Amino acid sequence: MPRRIVIGIRGVGHRVIDSIWRLGYASRFFLLTMLKSGTSLRRFGLIIREVYFTGVLSLIIILVSGLFVGMVLGLQGYETLQRYGAESAVGTMVALSLLRELGPVVAALLFASRAGSAITAEIGLMKATEQLAAMEMMAVDPIARVVAPRFWAGVISMPLLAALFSAIGVFGGYLVAVVLIGVDEGSFWSQMQDAVDFRYDIVNGVIKTCVFGVAVTAIAVFEGYDASPTAEGVSGATTRTVVTSSLAILGLDFVLTSFMFRGMS
Amino acid sequence: MALDALVEIRDLNFSYGERPILKGINMDMHRGQVIAILGGSGSGKTTLLRLIGGAVRPSSGYVKLEGNVVHKLTRDELFRIRRKMSMLFQFGALFTDLSVFDNVAFQMREHTDLPEPMIRDLVLMKLQAVGLRGAHDLMPAQLSGGMARRVALARSIALDPVLIMYDEPFTGLDPISLTVIGNLIRRLTDALGMTSVVVTHDVQESLKIVDYVYFIADGVIAAHGTPSEVRESVAPFVHQFVHGEEDGPVTFHYPAQAYARDLRLENSFA
Repeated sequence: MPRRIVIGIRGVGHRVIDSIWRLGYASRFFLLTMLKSGTSLRRFGLIIREVYFTGVLSLIIILVSGLFVGMVLGLQGYETLQRYGAESAVGTMVALSLLRELGPVVAALLFASRAGSAITAEIGLMKATEQLAAMEMMAVDPIARVVAPRFWAGVISMPLLAALFSAIGVFGGYLVAVVLIGVDEGSFWSQMQDAVDFRYDIVNGVIKTCVFGVAVTAIAVFEGYDASPTAEGVSGATTRTVVTSSLAILGLDFVLTSFMFRGMS
Repeated sequence: MALDALVEIRDLNFSYGERPILKGINMDMHRGQVIAILGGSGSGKTTLLRLIGGAVRPSSGYVKLEGNVVHKLTRDELFRIRRKMSMLFQFGALFTDLSVFDNVAFQMREHTDLPEPMIRDLVLMKLQAVGLRGAHDLMPAQLSGGMARRVALARSIALDPVLIMYDEPFTGLDPISLTVIGNLIRRLTDALGMTSVVVTHDVQESLKIVDYVYFIADGVIAAHGTPSEVRESVAPFVHQFVHGEEDGPVTFHYPAQAYARDLRLENSFA
């Protein structure tokens, strides 16, 4: 019995040390990516190419989801607000929900599953097929040439995608509340304009998306680079990217929200 | 033969943890030579290439390339020296997101400031050398195994290296592609005056094209010599390897305890 306990404790210790070691390795990798970003920032074409793959190709899923989320918000908002005779405030509700929370968070979750997983799988497969080793042998640093452009492309794409998500979401809310249900158009827009504050709502939302962008892409490139070069290795890394970045998004969202909106009316 | 060896390997030892992979390797590789490193799977051949390329560090001993001890170079110096060497990976390792043209142009664009029209001419010349000028627009996924290997060969000669290392270049190729790759290695080595190191277990194909052969078994050089010396060798290991015999110094059976004992028959005979 005591032997089992010892083995159990040893197992826990092993896992803890392993996780801390991996966290250290990931931080070092992140630092190296920053240090070696010079090449991709100088040759901006490399980043633009990746923006196409991570950003432009994610547009469809972001826009369609944004539209539906906005439409649902319009419906639910109207349903609740009309009980208090405040249905004209539905515009405010839709806009604030999207700009402060749903825009950044849902767009980031979609971005993690659409673009993050693709980045991990691509880098992981490049490793498995010795493309990264070949690059090393050609005296080209894979972190500078492969990782950094993808990282920066993700960081650039994320806020733009979230902005489009929120914009199309507001449009979805308008479609349902004004066009479909018949809420007064003037009060829908004017109340929204009055209630949304540029500094508190929009800037804070943008800050959130930037943080999510860094988190998701950093996790995606690291998992890809660290994947063991086998089929299971790459598939495991892809799954870990989606799971870890989703949890990171939700955790970071709570931390950021508590800093940004505490004590606000 | 030039006096100074391009690659000089002395008392090279390498181990993964406690497990020794290479033990006391000495080799000289001269300019203009095609050298084969033959040995069974897991004999440490590929590790030797990785040591020459500076991808791993030896436990003791050294590899010298053009007088530089490879494992003592800083990362920048190593990258500088790697521009003079190339490696052809087992399955080509072409960049799958780039076309054939861009794969061959990759190093030129990364390491030189050559204008694009000149890069275009150079790439087409390299592709012409491997017979695939017409395939420059294709993507790697559209190539057969042999073609991918040839494109990788064109890519590896992009910057006219002094040393090319080939990791199992003949694996998984049909007889025609096999001959094509073999002849290309010989022709390009002669035309560019470089050194080629071919790691392989394909004895017959490699003996046709090489100048010198090293056999590696269990981490040591079991034999070495010119192809004709090797063919006529009576050394048991070399004879077994060259003629592909099933049993010999390299046994068919993995070491095990007595067969009768494994089948629990010992006592019944007693």
